[in-house]
Amino acid sequence: MPVASRKWVPLAVLAVFLAALPGIAEMLGDRYLVSLFSRLLIYALVAVSLDLILGYGGMVSFGHAAFFGVGAYTVAILSFHGFEGTPFLEWPLRIEGSTNALVTLPAAALCAAIFALIIGSLSLRTTGMHFIMITLAFAQMLYFLYISLERYGGDDGLSLYSRNDLPGLDLSDDGNFYYLCLGVLSISLFLGERLINSRFGQVIQGIRENERRMLALGFPVYRYRLACFVIAGGIAGLGGGLIANQTEFVSPGLMHWTQSGEILVMVLLGGMGTLFGPLLGALVFLLMEEILTGITEHWMVIMGPFLIGVVLYTRGGIYGLITGQEKAGG
Amino acid sequence: MKRVLTYWVMAVGLVIGPATAAEPVKIGMVTTLSTKAGYLGEDIRDGFRLAMAQEGGMLGSVPVELLVDDDGRKPEKGKQIADRFIKREGVQIMTGIVFSNVAMAVVPKVVRDGVFYISPNAGPSLLAGKGCHPNYFNVAWQNDNLHEAAGKYVNDNGFNNVYLLAPNYPAGKDALAGFKRYYQGAIVGEVYTKLGQADYAAEIASLRAAKPDAVFFFLPGGMGINFLKQYSQAGLAQQIPVFGPAFSFDERLLKAVGPAALGVRNGSQWSHDLDNPANRAFVAAFRQAYGRTPTLYASQGYDAARLIGSALRAVDGDVSRQDDFRSALEKADFESVRGNFRFGPNHHPVQDIYIREVIEAADGTVTNKIVSKVFSDHSDAYVGECRMP
Amino acid sequence: MLLIVEQFLNGLQLGVMLFLMSAGLTLVFGIMRVINLAHGSFYMVGAYVAATLVHQSGSFLFGLAGALLVTALLGMVVERVVLQRLYARDHLDQVLATFGLILLFNESTRMIWGRQPLFMDVPDWLSHTVELIPGAPYPSYRLAIIVVGMLVSVFLYLLFTRTRLGMQIRAGASNREMIAALGVNINRLYTLVFGLGALLAGLAGVMAGPILAVESGMGESILILTFVVIVIGGIGSIRGALIAALLVGMVDTLGRAFLPALFRLFLPVAQADGVGASFASMSAYILMAAVLVWRPRGLFPVAGS
Repeated sequence: MPVASRKWVPLAVLAVFLAALPGIAEMLGDRYLVSLFSRLLIYALVAVSLDLILGYGGMVSFGHAAFFGVGAYTVAILSFHGFEGTPFLEWPLRIEGSTNALVTLPAAALCAAIFALIIGSLSLRTTGMHFIMITLAFAQMLYFLYISLERYGGDDGLSLYSRNDLPGLDLSDDGNFYYLCLGVLSISLFLGERLINSRFGQVIQGIRENERRMLALGFPVYRYRLACFVIAGGIAGLGGGLIANQTEFVSPGLMHWTQSGEILVMVLLGGMGTLFGPLLGALVFLLMEEILTGITEHWMVIMGPFLIGVVLYTRGGIYGLITGQEKAGG
Repeated sequence: MKRVLTYWVMAVGLVIGPATAAEPVKIGMVTTLSTKAGYLGEDIRDGFRLAMAQEGGMLGSVPVELLVDDDGRKPEKGKQIADRFIKREGVQIMTGIVFSNVAMAVVPKVVRDGVFYISPNAGPSLLAGKGCHPNYFNVAWQNDNLHEAAGKYVNDNGFNNVYLLAPNYPAGKDALAGFKRYYQGAIVGEVYTKLGQADYAAEIASLRAAKPDAVFFFLPGGMGINFLKQYSQAGLAQQIPVFGPAFSFDERLLKAVGPAALGVRNGSQWSHDLDNPANRAFVAAFRQAYGRTPTLYASQGYDAARLIGSALRAVDGDVSRQDDFRSALEKADFESVRGNFRFGPNHHPVQDIYIREVIEAADGTVTNKIVSKVFSDHSDAYVGECRMP
Repeated sequence: MLLIVEQFLNGLQLGVMLFLMSAGLTLVFGIMRVINLAHGSFYMVGAYVAATLVHQSGSFLFGLAGALLVTALLGMVVERVVLQRLYARDHLDQVLATFGLILLFNESTRMIWGRQPLFMDVPDWLSHTVELIPGAPYPSYRLAIIVVGMLVSVFLYLLFTRTRLGMQIRAGASNREMIAALGVNINRLYTLVFGLGALLAGLAGVMAGPILAVESGMGESILILTFVVIVIGGIGSIRGALIAALLVGMVDTLGRAFLPALFRLFLPVAQADGVGASFASMSAYILMAAVLVWRPRGLFPVAGS
């Protein structure tokens, strides 16, 4: 089979499957599938955002869950105040709570992007293993910070009274919410594809391949990387905002280092440096977990060797297995 | 390519799962079986299963099917499992959650959706007070209860310079608040440690310097093992007596702590040496079935099962008779292994609470022994805030 | 005042414990350039095996020997079966594979030993206390940990500077092809080094067994702190690991001991305790972030890494 169709046929099948999923679930009478797949799509979104910096930018962040968690908390805290009718902040400017998704979701992305800007500007002074560890350190600091926020439940987390309101779409309906997630993911993938093929994306990949050359060519490498880091953080924050709505609950566990590790594993499993790889990785990882826990409570004994096997016997993860391509530049 | 597609179809097929005809009453158990705290959920599940096995797979003469899944101590995952139980399996009765943070994520939503939740462990204050709900029952305790018992005991026994330790998270702060509710003496130190902390040398040195006449600590699980071992090695075990809730002194944990726990007194609503017929039978049956002494978690799982059984009997297994099922649960018409037991208006226990001491048994094992009853018919501090809708 | 001295001693002891863990990790990373997340698993296996053997035989030293043997062998098997095939790969492949190993080891211990923690006690001959500081008896077992840590650092120093094996290892780290051309079996050498790294982790696990809970997942609790140490020290540098371990041990211990009191000077007591405890939890991470912002490659960067 030619490479192009090897790539597009499975993806088209997947796209049709995802688009038709609520209908399939309806036919099977299994409403759970819809909420399960909403969750999978949200994780796929976060995995894709990590891949922007990891696969394309060559920056291995071990703290990506921090932005995911910040986004989730932004929605939860705004909703908390919106429901109580109290302001979140009175000084220096008054910020009211809100339960409107058109406010909370962009706010989630924005807050996460701001955090990414601060963390990125410090972390990007380092490279390689040191970058991995410094992003981890900042994520852990945020984790302990949110644990100590007593007002918002600390380690116990914070419940949303209900999902946010979106004018014209009732999000408390699982089907509607699913299509919101699917929509956000599709748009992100589309914009991601555009971004990667833009001048900006070419520069970012050029930096990954040869930083010195890009510096010599006069590109402000640090600023490009930081911009990429902030974009990825913002998308992860959006994902966090969605997961807060999906589970109607947030807790600091969302930003624990094991969560960062799992997102990283999803990207690697799917195949980094490809936009659809992380999508597949997230779906396969979470579905495996779901299926294996149903088979045995000792499911990790199967999952562990499976991951090792993927590393040893495939190049470029599952995506590489399907398309027969090695990961870009890998 | 084809092969890959086949895998996908297989995977999806497995997720969708075999749809079985629902004859027995399904009970969904979301509990913690992995992570360091996995043995807590294991004991709750085993206690529950024992009650079912004793009736040959039935509870209250009604056939039941127990679905168990591991939440990995993650609230989000607990919520997902609950979602699956309700939407796919049509579960109407749930139980099993070990940790308060998972309970807070799962319980308010499921009871609002018309499912009954019987808590065999976690009892966060919100669910006992402002957030109480007609479909929520707690068959274990309100979180503060065991700390309150320790506080009262310490107070009544003339200690008045106490040093307090708990992890820096909501349950830790609630624990110390619960202790202080019944303790009137002075507090010479109140320390919040890191969640999951391993080394307590710094805290122990500060504690020694503060010269308290008693120490109260709430460090569940491995943290408690670490603290007790290090406290004993520092030579303090003989000098300053230690008090705590039962959570660091269940029978399985004591095996890991060993002699370092000897002499510690802890508050509990149940003990394996509690002398009543139901308990004697339970402890013997549990030992025979699983080859170990049950923990309080196992006793709570067992009581949860028998409570559900009593209510199922009352409605002949028809849980859709919600009002009848609820009032049957409220009656708590079963013989609890802890003796005295009934529900208060907030569906939380009204029960006796004891102080146990860790002793060395004749066969050399380290175990608990009841030394005093601290509360009779004890309720909780939040019952007044509960307005059942 | 005496309390401050005692807290310094506690910090030193925690630092030595961290050094035992990080020495093996930084060794493996510095020489083979492989990120091994499963390092904590060897620590856990060391503790489990020792706890079991001590319980069976009643002898701490027998348990120690058995655990060292088992972890070294396990390390070599893991190297042969999995990691050897990943040296030429991207770091991220190593991360994914060793993450898989963590899941496998954690669940296997649960299946073999059950879910509850295991018991392991201090050996009788180290169970007393020593009054180094008047009025503050110090557990002799903790002193023993300090001694073991010192012995290990001396051993590693001698191994690298005085023995043929050490020279081969150093040469292999800086130029792989050259040492292979000289007729040294580089694969066997790597297997040995990995075994040594696993053995050191196992040793840390055995030493931790009597003071900490021996439970599944104990490796990950300490793994992150270990990575913090080797990154602060400069990846691959044993000397850096030693100094960073002591630094992290001190900062962590002193933070826990004195930060809440410090915050009480300008905050209400209830708030100060909470805020102080939160800062103490973050102290190691704050230290690492600060060091890396100041020196992006750690305190003692190793050439070529």
